[in-house]
Amino acid sequence: MSRRYAYYPGCSGQGTSREYDSSTRAMCQELGFELIDIPDWNCCGSTPAHAVDHLLSASLVARNLAIAEDMDVEGIVTPCPSCLKNLKTSQHRMLRPEFHQEVQRVLGRAVRADLPIKSVLQVLVEDRGIGWIAQQATAPLTGLKVVPYYGCIMNRPPDVMRFDDPENPMALDNLLTAIGAEVLPFALKTDCCGASLGTTRRDVVARLSGRVLDAAAAAGADAIVTACPLCQMNLDMRQAQINKANGSSHRLPVFYYSQLIMLATGQQGERVGLDKLCVSPFSLLESLGPQAGEVRS
Amino acid sequence: MPATTLTNSYDAAFVAEVRRESEQNLALCYQCGNCTAGCPVSFAYDFPVNQIMYLVQTGRKMEALTSHAIWLCASCETCTTRCPNDIDVARVMDVLRHMARRENLVAEHSIHAFWNSFLSSVERYGRVFELGLMASYIGKTGRVLTDADLAPVALRKGKLTFKPHDIHGVAEVRDIFKRYREHRS
Repeated sequence: MSRRYAYYPGCSGQGTSREYDSSTRAMCQELGFELIDIPDWNCCGSTPAHAVDHLLSASLVARNLAIAEDMDVEGIVTPCPSCLKNLKTSQHRMLRPEFHQEVQRVLGRAVRADLPIKSVLQVLVEDRGIGWIAQQATAPLTGLKVVPYYGCIMNRPPDVMRFDDPENPMALDNLLTAIGAEVLPFALKTDCCGASLGTTRRDVVARLSGRVLDAAAAAGADAIVTACPLCQMNLDMRQAQINKANGSSHRLPVFYYSQLIMLATGQQGERVGLDKLCVSPFSLLESLGPQAGEVRS
Repeated sequence: MPATTLTNSYDAAFVAEVRRESEQNLALCYQCGNCTAGCPVSFAYDFPVNQIMYLVQTGRKMEALTSHAIWLCASCETCTTRCPNDIDVARVMDVLRHMARRENLVAEHSIHAFWNSFLSSVERYGRVFELGLMASYIGKTGRVLTDADLAPVALRKGKLTFKPHDIHGVAEVRDIFKRYREHRS
């Protein structure tokens, strides 16, 4: 049975993480989720808004919640952990009636703020189940050694996010194992990559993301798998910057998990967006054997 | 940490304000240091996060609000997740940024400029226009070489667009900013 969700793509999905957006939409279609974009959605304000004012942040979020409340859906999903944290934190704070009122005044309309809000990863695991997804993997990624990198806020703070374990999450581990990849233990799976400091304090990101790359390589991984646009950008697009700053020479492809699920279910082409990755994954995928080697075509 | 002097001694109004805005009971912090042990950005801080908590507890407003640490905090929520007394430490850091901004005590100008550019983009278009955001940030800071090495890569990969993604309801988003400013003034 198809599940209907309001989809909040997030701004990066239209730019630096467009392959996350396109592969997420395609993956959901394949796995029986109907995603309907929240019409005319606006930016949630991301880190800058909550760092400037919680009322501004919640009001920007609330416009999207209010629009979604007029849709015939069972909840809101987003692929981006930063959007997710803003949506869920704002909703959580609106449990306090006084704050809820303030937000409605600034928004200029009523909002219930009661729709369930989840990550795409969460509905995949909870609505479909790992076992079912394993059955869909007709082209398992046998031989691909990966480390799962959740980033810091997919599961944090736990009393707001309410999904998986905040210190040792397993959703991605289980999902990637189910589609045939060899998932290596990874101590840094929830450590911060430096997030939005990439532009302003490159030194901080070089150190934090550098640590993630070093640990992935030391674990023997062929690639890193993420669920966060900012983590992916720091580890992939900035990998050359980081190598230069740290004197390292990593060439680690950094996939979105949605791309790998597409490959494992036999889907290829533009929607998977492998050519959008800065560190090319093609020679790695070709080395896995004939099945994965077809991804170029 | 510098010694307490007449100019940085206990400011009760400051403590009350942080407590009210963060909705956290700051007295619960017994300085176990768990937040600092888990903080990924501690190496770049002038005060580790447990000392920021201490500055707040002891009412040392100027030292807390002029610290670099509150701006370098990446909002990763590790401190909040690990606090044994359930203090939302990341929220306290957020509130200190709000206060420093209001009182013109910002220590990290480039980060502040980046956030302002980001929010200007949201106010103008309803969504973030990455190229416009970078141009505005460079205009504010004069850092012309910011990520200049990434631009060709992002362009080649079709990840930079030259047209803002403006939305139909941009007037509604601008009204949110307008009413928010009225509310805060």
